[in-house]
Amino acid sequence: MSTTDIGTLRGVAAERQIAPIEAEPVAPSSPADPAWSNMKAPDARSQSSSAVAVTNGRRALKVFLSNPNALFGTGFLALVIIIAFIAPILYPDDPLSMVGRPFLWPGQNPDFPLGTDSLGRDVLAGILHGSRISLFVGLTATALGLTFGVLVGSVAGYFGGWIDDALVRLIEIFQTLPSFVLLVVLVAIAQPSATTVTLAIAVISWPTVARLTRAEFRAIREKDFVMAARSLGYGHMRIIFREILPNALPPIIVTSSVMVATAILMESALSFMGLGDPNVVSWGSMIGTGRELVRTAWYLTALPGLAIVFTVLALNLIGDGLNDALNPRFSQDR
Amino acid sequence: MAPLLQVDNLTIRFPRAEPVRDLSFDIGQGETLAIVGESGSGKSLTALALMQLLPRAAKVASGRIAFGGRDLLKLDAREMRHLRGRDIAMIFQEPMTSLNPVMTIGRQIAEVLKVHERLSGRAASERAVELLKLVRIPAPEKRVDDYPHQLSGGMRQRVMIAIAVACKPKLLIADEPTTALDVTIQAQVLDLLDTLRRELQMAVVLITHDLGVVAQWADKVVVMYAGRKVEQALPGDLFNNPLHPYTRGLLAASPRLKNDFHYRDGALSEIPGSIVSAAGEAGCPFRPRCAQARASCGHHVPQLTVPAPDRLVACPFTSPIKAVPHAAALSL
Amino acid sequence: MPLLSVSDLKTHYKSRDGVLRAVDGVDLVVERGETVGLVGESGCGKSTLGKTVLRLVDPTDGRIEFKGEDITVLDQRRLRNVRKSIQMIFQDPFASLNPRQTIGEILEAPLAVHKAGDRAKRRRIVGDIVAKVGLPADSINRYPHEFSGGQRQRIGIARALLLNPELIVCDEPVSALDLSIQAQILNLLVEMKKEFGLSYLFISHDLSVVRYFADRVMVMYLGRIVESADNATLWSDPRHPYTRALMEAVPDPARPRQAAPLGGDLPSPSDIPSGCRFHTRCPLATDLCRAEEPEFRSIAPGHQVACHFADTIN
Repeated sequence: MSTTDIGTLRGVAAERQIAPIEAEPVAPSSPADPAWSNMKAPDARSQSSSAVAVTNGRRALKVFLSNPNALFGTGFLALVIIIAFIAPILYPDDPLSMVGRPFLWPGQNPDFPLGTDSLGRDVLAGILHGSRISLFVGLTATALGLTFGVLVGSVAGYFGGWIDDALVRLIEIFQTLPSFVLLVVLVAIAQPSATTVTLAIAVISWPTVARLTRAEFRAIREKDFVMAARSLGYGHMRIIFREILPNALPPIIVTSSVMVATAILMESALSFMGLGDPNVVSWGSMIGTGRELVRTAWYLTALPGLAIVFTVLALNLIGDGLNDALNPRFSQDR
Repeated sequence: MAPLLQVDNLTIRFPRAEPVRDLSFDIGQGETLAIVGESGSGKSLTALALMQLLPRAAKVASGRIAFGGRDLLKLDAREMRHLRGRDIAMIFQEPMTSLNPVMTIGRQIAEVLKVHERLSGRAASERAVELLKLVRIPAPEKRVDDYPHQLSGGMRQRVMIAIAVACKPKLLIADEPTTALDVTIQAQVLDLLDTLRRELQMAVVLITHDLGVVAQWADKVVVMYAGRKVEQALPGDLFNNPLHPYTRGLLAASPRLKNDFHYRDGALSEIPGSIVSAAGEAGCPFRPRCAQARASCGHHVPQLTVPAPDRLVACPFTSPIKAVPHAAALSL
Repeated sequence: MPLLSVSDLKTHYKSRDGVLRAVDGVDLVVERGETVGLVGESGCGKSTLGKTVLRLVDPTDGRIEFKGEDITVLDQRRLRNVRKSIQMIFQDPFASLNPRQTIGEILEAPLAVHKAGDRAKRRRIVGDIVAKVGLPADSINRYPHEFSGGQRQRIGIARALLLNPELIVCDEPVSALDLSIQAQILNLLVEMKKEFGLSYLFISHDLSVVRYFADRVMVMYLGRIVESADNATLWSDPRHPYTRALMEAVPDPARPRQAAPLGGDLPSPSDIPSGCRFHTRCPLATDLCRAEEPEFRSIAPGHQVACHFADTIN
């Protein structure tokens, strides 16, 4: 009986009356979930999400583009990225070299629109070049943290059992250590450079992603379509990456934009403390060198500070916009 | 005597759809009216409209909902709030999500008494125990301090009923009250609802998709399809002699316990397609799925006619009245 | 040799309240071409039993023989081959399809995993099966949310049929669907059974559906089978008080209303009553029932009951 060749289906196919195709007018509504907001306890929401939200890419894009805050964030971030690319063209010289008289206030000398610092270095050149290190560290550290976090979280959440126990212990070890102290220690041991700073930030940021991914995986793992995949004999890798991960992505994407912002802040904080790469100018190091002069030349701290504030704000606005766009239930509730 | 609740030509409108159209029905005091239909028929929205709890995007576009002589649609939010929970109460399908998970069931029952009857805390908790006893929860003195998750599905639905009848409402709207429950528990809960209806002289609007439940528990049945009433009858008449092609189709399509019909004897008769096909249909909403559809069915929506006393049907081609093939074995 | 033979199967879970005995010693046989209906209330373990048969859940104890081979001892690699032959249809057509894959992707993946021909051949097979279950050909480019519940269930059926299985476990395949759609799906299942010579293990809480659909019926209560008989016998001559209560509880337009046949709730599967597990709700319970668990015994050819009073019940 089992030898019926499935190929013979073709001939007998037509006789059945074909049901007209209709679009489902109302998506199945599920009970409202509290929105995920706290980066430190990302499990909270995912555990309760009963249905995998269906988000259609085009709809999400529309929601995102109709959000003025998100558009502002995207615009500002795009500007920062462009600046990072053209900074070496506008100011081909090393921004750390002394080019003029010290303590020129903004607007005092048209050659230095944002003035010079205590050593006569051009502040505008510093801010433009500083965007390079901020973005590099922010994006690279996030990419590394995301990759590792997603891997650990998905393996823990998918397999469960002792693998989960072991990986959760590992995550907890990292989460119980005060992250910034750990960061400072790591960088101090490894000699500050752009690479070590990036790696160190990645090391302290992956546990958040891992927890979030694990929580999503645990919720989605129980769904019938995953059961179906198992019953069809799919391998673990296929189930993790093709079946579950695409459904777990929306909250991870939202988190990653906030992670970039956090990484930029951390890099600035390290540089402020003198633990940044000494050979590269960064917004944090500019604030750090300017901090003793804050009463006489406040612009030296304020200008790079504003650059940090707006970049981080832009990333957070993008995160909020993505959250609304990718999590339709949340946006409807508001 | 005027009926307790009279709904006239109710139309509910969403920005892009009208899920309930031109719906009229009434219920007398102490009567059970069943509204049957599948998902998408508009039966649950009708219930929410009676409570004035429609989702924000929905509006009552036209019609009148007279309750005890007052038009509910003309009441302001404060007056409606007074009515809700006191004169009109509602229970839902899923008792787990309609109870607050972090409050004991005793407090949840007491809450409604404090709001509407202005009972003191102590009196309200005493009444809560009495109410739990009324809905036949064993050991009510102990159970009153339980949280919803400590109760079974059937128990939770009893708690919901206790909350609903706490202020002795004149009208209870039960939206699929037993759909989430097992058959043996369903029988208990329906039994309880019926006893309370008699004891409290309460009218019940029973919204369900289960024809069996309708037949055994309702005084009067309204069959809805795609937002419209297609048939209304006493349950006996409806099941012995369904008139509308949709009702006939439903009865023929449902396998029945006492009906010795097995897959080896033949296929179940089916209604082709699905209710979604009614969207944007100009004439009779059932036309795309109807076996007896004629060209004229697409021209205009069929009017409700009165083919017999206590009956209404929205199909001009119902006579001669004939029995349904598989439901032929049905007899009350 | 029966197609599927399950003996003394136990599936226990550890939970906070202790050991949850979801399936607690079940014997079950599905012959080739047969439809076995498994009825019971939620929490009786019928779904767990279905999932255990596919080894989606690992059994605690007992044997599951598929065509004579004990599949409880197979490793993952060899289990994959067996899984081609045993498939499952799920209850919730909204949850059982990956929302981020098109129907074409959903249906092609099993063929790719099991290396059924090249891409063109897989496409052809998918096209055939889509037509077979009554969906339009352009369905393959659409996403699950564009379909109604009944249509999604057709997709679920198509997926279960793709690998040419011999046994399909249907876990409440119509209970999430509207009445007018249920008949369509049941008819499709019957058609497919005839077409492919399938056997079904049909799990449902709906007695009327089982009445129509099953060749043999097993009634499950708290992890055990309490009665098993061929379809006609069970409905005409039920011998277990639980079976009787279930049948009486089904509201049927053709019968006048009766008082609720059973009081109380299903006891928790982590705290199963001693003696006969039904005695806490049984209207006929005696001291014997409270003390001694009745054995599952034959009272007529093909009719087994686990009740001390199966012979005397009228």
